[in-house]
Amino acid sequence: MSPVSYLIAALTVAGGLAAVLLKNTVHCALAVSIAFAGLALLFLGLDAQFAGFAQILVYVGAVAILIVFAILLTRGSDVPQGGVFSKSWFVGLVIAAGVFAVLGWAVLASIQALPSTTAAPAVTVQDIGNALLGRYVLPLEIVALLLTAATIGAVIVALHEKERTR
Amino acid sequence: MIIASPLAAYLLVAALLFAIGLAGALTRRNAILVLIGIELMLNAANLNFIAFWRYGPHPEALTGMMFAIFSIAVAAAEAAVGLGLVIQIYRHARTTDLDQMNRMKG
Repeated sequence: MSPVSYLIAALTVAGGLAAVLLKNTVHCALAVSIAFAGLALLFLGLDAQFAGFAQILVYVGAVAILIVFAILLTRGSDVPQGGVFSKSWFVGLVIAAGVFAVLGWAVLASIQALPSTTAAPAVTVQDIGNALLGRYVLPLEIVALLLTAATIGAVIVALHEKERTR
Repeated sequence: MIIASPLAAYLLVAALLFAIGLAGALTRRNAILVLIGIELMLNAANLNFIAFWRYGPHPEALTGMMFAIFSIAVAAAEAAVGLGLVIQIYRHARTTDLDQMNRMKG
């Protein structure tokens, strides 16, 4: 991992932390898009150009915009009464810290056994395309169906109710 | 701290991001912020896939890369449906505060 990668990783983690900790929801959306962009840069640093650009297109381009739309449609940028954290925030923090401790321990304990190939893999986008339409064609079709169904479902779920019953 | 194995460094970054996302999903009250936390967790898993693909013994098999690409697609579908649900819940209950959503019956 080069020093530049460490900087990008620090930026990504800082973006994630800010997304979780900031009070204003719009600021959280901005911070999480920084984290997504940092992850895309990490993918590029790992010689996964296709995944990096897909990450930029899907996350920075689409998911971040979706989040901003949802925040604006729900007036979620108002800071609620009683703070932004739930009543059981301490339990959640303990669980997250425990998960990180277990994951970090597992990585550090197996550091000798981890593979460490240094040569960059020579994989072009053409190889990825051949794999997608060859060996992985069935998952690709299923994902296409899933995306279509999810898009239609999201539109139907978010449609205006005809008459409000309350 | 410089970690000798680059794979271990990436795995630790991914573990940290996963923990941050989990903390966000478990502690925030706004439903949209919970979804943001889930997205961070999915992204951390993607970083693991890509790192293992890059430093694994057979990168030409493209397994980790494919898994990451499909995971990105599924996460996009999840985000669309999840945020649609949040908008609909807001229309119904006039709030996105998860602490107030404690009724199964509308």
